[in-house]
Amino acid sequence: MAEEAIKISGKKKSSFIDQVKKLLPEGGNLNLCLTCGACSSGCPATGLEGMDPRKFLRMAALGMDEEILKSDWVWMCTMCQRCIYVCPMKIDIPQLIFNARRTKPRDERPKGILGSCNMALKHDTCSAMGASEEDFQFVVEDVAEEVRNTQVGWEELQAPVNKQGAMYFLNQNSREPVTEPDEMVPLWKILHLGGADWTYGTKGWAAENYCMFMADDESWKHIVEVKAKAVDDLGCKYWLNTE
Amino acid sequence: MIRDGRLKVNSDWNKDLKVKFTVQDPCQLVRKSLGDPVAEDLRFVVRTVVGEENFVDMTPNRSNNYCCGGGGGFLQSGMPEARRAYGKLKFDQIMATGATYAITPCHNCHAQVHDLSEHYDGGYHTVHLWTIICLAMGILGPNERTYLGPDLAELLIPEIKEADE
Ligand code: SF4
Ligand code: SF4
Repeated sequence: MAEEAIKISGKKKSSFIDQVKKLLPEGGNLNLCLTCGACSSGCPATGLEGMDPRKFLRMAALGMDEEILKSDWVWMCTMCQRCIYVCPMKIDIPQLIFNARRTKPRDERPKGILGSCNMALKHDTCSAMGASEEDFQFVVEDVAEEVRNTQVGWEELQAPVNKQGAMYFLNQNSREPVTEPDEMVPLWKILHLGGADWTYGTKGWAAENYCMFMADDESWKHIVEVKAKAVDDLGCKYWLNTE
Repeated sequence: MIRDGRLKVNSDWNKDLKVKFTVQDPCQLVRKSLGDPVAEDLRFVVRTVVGEENFVDMTPNRSNNYCCGGGGGFLQSGMPEARRAYGKLKFDQIMATGATYAITPCHNCHAQVHDLSEHYDGGYHTVHLWTIICLAMGILGPNERTYLGPDLAELLIPEIKEADE
């Protein structure tokens, strides 16, 4: 106990609450908590692992980083920001939670997210399911062809890939092309009827970015850069991501 | 596209069926980026497509809506029990609307809301917005109906070409 008290009142080593204060304007209001509990009462993660956002903030303010990281609660917050929305002081608790995620060594972060992030880093498609450029193009063209050949009135349906200079660059979650490709068709039909000038790209087509959730800033940045470059290379004006 | 008439869609198909729909406001789209105006646009589209009287909102909603629990990497984190415990709030919210269909405009939400219905035996179906738009327009192909329930699975199937011999 004595050691604990010294750690809190003395010069503590940089904990994630200090890092966040440095990052955010006005220190992110992190010291202004009124302990009203509005954040916790509307947080769906309240009660999991005996934790809630207000408690998290108190513990972080006390420099209890280790205790916080004992459970997996930081991975159970979805970064939904409802707590900020209802907080009278607009305290950014999710940013704090995000920084707590970052303090875990990379390979100790949840395997599923880690695997998805690593997979996305392998191809320029950024697909967390590892779908390649060729696979994606093949599936899209194959499905579109099938619709043109079988459905009356859709002989002109297009699902363009790498169409230079299209107005919209559309991202696509990996799940459809990989597991249920026919689910892509309704959206294509709507874009067709709306007369939208759009395209997919073989590079950077995947909408998901698990590296962001994993709090792996460099990989996150890499993924965003690959996608942005794909949009630029095709000369598209708008980048649509429904994720 | 609906407002300027490029998409000719209406809710006639649901006048007599009276199938009830609710809609999930994705945190990412509503609270975290475009706010309540986009939530209004979303409702405009849904009401146009399913009929004013067949749309039931969740409470709370729009920017104040609860997250479904699919975001932030939760679906991929390998903690299904915690994820479903988190989602119980959303599940109860959907059940309270009495709707048979939950429309989810976001991918993560679709996967999570669908899983919640299966896990807690909710009996509601989870569909993408564009699926219902195409259904209402009579252009939803036979292979594009995976997530429809038996009540709508056979409705307004468009014409299919005879297979060439
Ligand atoms: S809502 Fe804001 S002020 Fe109230 S307890 Fe939560 S963080 Fe503190
Ligand atoms: S951002 Fe995290 S802590 Fe805040 S309400 Fe959402 S799940 Fe809870």
